[in-house]
Amino acid sequence: MSTRHRLLSLLVENHPGVLNKVSSMIRRRGMNITSLTVGETDDDSVSRMTIAIDVGRAQADQAVKQLYKLIEVVKISDITEDPIVDRELVLVKVAASRGDRSELLQIVEIFKAKIADVGTESMVLEMSGSEDQVETFLELVRPFGIREVARSGTVAMARGRDGLRLSSKHQGRGAAAQPDLEAADQKRRAAGVLVGD
Amino acid sequence: MATVQVTGTTTANGTKPVVINEGDVVTGAEILLECLRREKVDTIFGYPGGANLWIYRHLPKFPDLHHILVRHEQGATHMADGYARARRGTAGVVFATSGPGALNCVTGIATAQYDSTPLVVITGQVATVAVGTDAFQESDVIGVTMSIVKHSYLVQDIESLPRIVREAFHIATTGRPGVVVIDLPKDIQNQKHAFHWPAEPVRLRSYNPTTKGNPLQIRRAAQLIDEAKRPCLLAGRGVLISQAEDELLELSRRASIPVGWTLLGTGTYPVGDELSLHMVGFMGAGYTNKSVLGCDLLIMVGMRADDRVTTKIDSFAPQVENIIHIDIDPAEIGKNVRPTLPIVGDAKHVLGEIAKLVQPKRLDSWITQIDRWKEEHPIRYRTNTGVLQPQDVLKEMYRLADSEAIVVADVGQNQIWGALWWDYRQSGLYLNSGGAGTMGFAFPASLGVKRARPEKTVWCVAGEGGFVMTMQELATAVHENLDVKIVILNNYCLGMVRQFQDDYYEGVRSAIDLHGAPDFVKLADAYGIPAWRTERIGDVPGILKQMLDHPGPCLAEFIIDPEANVRPIVPLGAGLPDFVEEIVEEGM
Repeated sequence: MSTRHRLLSLLVENHPGVLNKVSSMIRRRGMNITSLTVGETDDDSVSRMTIAIDVGRAQADQAVKQLYKLIEVVKISDITEDPIVDRELVLVKVAASRGDRSELLQIVEIFKAKIADVGTESMVLEMSGSEDQVETFLELVRPFGIREVARSGTVAMARGRDGLRLSSKHQGRGAAAQPDLEAADQKRRAAGVLVGD
Repeated sequence: MATVQVTGTTTANGTKPVVINEGDVVTGAEILLECLRREKVDTIFGYPGGANLWIYRHLPKFPDLHHILVRHEQGATHMADGYARARRGTAGVVFATSGPGALNCVTGIATAQYDSTPLVVITGQVATVAVGTDAFQESDVIGVTMSIVKHSYLVQDIESLPRIVREAFHIATTGRPGVVVIDLPKDIQNQKHAFHWPAEPVRLRSYNPTTKGNPLQIRRAAQLIDEAKRPCLLAGRGVLISQAEDELLELSRRASIPVGWTLLGTGTYPVGDELSLHMVGFMGAGYTNKSVLGCDLLIMVGMRADDRVTTKIDSFAPQVENIIHIDIDPAEIGKNVRPTLPIVGDAKHVLGEIAKLVQPKRLDSWITQIDRWKEEHPIRYRTNTGVLQPQDVLKEMYRLADSEAIVVADVGQNQIWGALWWDYRQSGLYLNSGGAGTMGFAFPASLGVKRARPEKTVWCVAGEGGFVMTMQELATAVHENLDVKIVILNNYCLGMVRQFQDDYYEGVRSAIDLHGAPDFVKLADAYGIPAWRTERIGDVPGILKQMLDHPGPCLAEFIIDPEANVRPIVPLGAGLPDFVEEIVEEGM
């Protein structure tokens, strides 16, 4: 990860619309998101986000403070300088003629990658590792001819016993749920109408 | 247990006052209104339309919720804003319909949010099944207002409505106050459900504002104050919001700390006291800026240190050894100015604790130095020009008005003149849109102020440019008999823009000519309220006296010098030491 990136871990209320608020807040403060992942946690009321932003430390401090002001953000940690495990998953479709395949397979083995799909003229490779490892892997397969790349973005957590969890400080409920447009859509379809009364 | 008859037709019970008890099955609109009543709301500023008509259908059954029908939704938000500023700790409440109604609220929402004023804005939304279909008068209010609210809710189901209302008032009024929007679809307004009031206090795991300052930091602050030889304190709107004026005065007098203020902090410290400075920054008093530059300890309380305070950021107190920044919002600390000692907490608590710890002292030589700066850099204006000056009007208003009258200023030159030429000795007597700088704020806001504080004399001071932006609310003033004294300082141009163009945009006057303004006396007459106009200084006292004697809204138009400027001023792009003062020729 380049030195200018800061890596933030967030626990947020698992409501629709929260991702929008978090990303809008970072945009409004003039910062650029280079990677953002979000998923549920063991507590289904809480989602976890990992955000890489392209700023220095002082600006990241400001981002953390501003994000804390969002009612649905429960906890944030800037883990850039912490000992962490960080992983990114990449799928890459590489042109692979018969002659290239053995060389590609060597790279796959070195990076503990997998072959997710094989076609007559291409292969889909699957690899996970730190952002740096993913970059290096892509560099090495590039000469074969990359057709398509899909990267998951980084997920990360601190090493050791401590981690980002809700503590006794976080008593009480989450704020009331936010707009669930999907549910509204289902209701609408069930009602068989497009416009209300 | 009283049951509520909801028939939807015009029966005898259709508008009869109701009592709603726990478990009564009523409509969403009634649940909302009952929740507002339990939140002790007494005034709603609103405008009905297609998507909030069920709320208005049931409103007459709640006579203790007084509804003020505005003439534009922007007016409703400014009125609620003025109401909330004048009645500290209470949220202003707004009703608007979906689509254009809600969108008209946007400017007023931003205005309140920027100045940390609590509002709960309840917008009607198209029916749940129509949300997302671009239905008639549908707008994504939540999306549009996202970056200018503290929090917002789209109500998804009727069960959550009371909880949302409770959370909304809690969030709006606690911590750093702000605006909460509740978007309520019309079908939910008319759905029936058992009323259940969540009596337990609101506790949100993700929202716990820090109000008490860290004791170690507080002790360190007291130590820095004890060591300081030239301390200086700047008070912002946070001091007013947390009602920390007494603690501020106590600390200042005990440790001999001169106090200045931001535009929004005007009145937090009595003007004219021995230790009082004046407004700081871009258009602040020269002696305040000198004190900020010359102090060895700067204490900033409840303020954001924005660009109107700091001017060029690296010119703001660069030599000052220690800066203490106290604010309830941690995001404001270190955002613009890096303090040596940050304290997150409520101003009242933190100042009170520090005041208990500091050693009493008197810093005579520092006070003498400040007195010298006060003599060298007085706030002054051009008198004896033969043309009515805006300051003449304000000084005369101050002389005649009682010292507890409230001045609501608009935006532009009138705003700064209002802050500099009236000796506020209490906070809450000067209100303005300091953060957003919304022209058209003053008049509707002053109506909200009058509603909140009917015992006070309320002056609205505006330029003719800002006044016409929201003057349709004259009808509201008349309809509600809201006794606001409107003072229009008319220079037939956009004065602040004219001044900036003259001084910083190469002297080219462009798009500032406001000739074509209505005859304001005739305009007032059209609304049936008395009005006066003059361009002579000698007429000013008589007109002001008649305004004070008139028991109802009235208006005076003062034709002022179109060349009058705001002074002192730090030229755009310059720094705090470079303030320019009014040149007053001797012997004139």
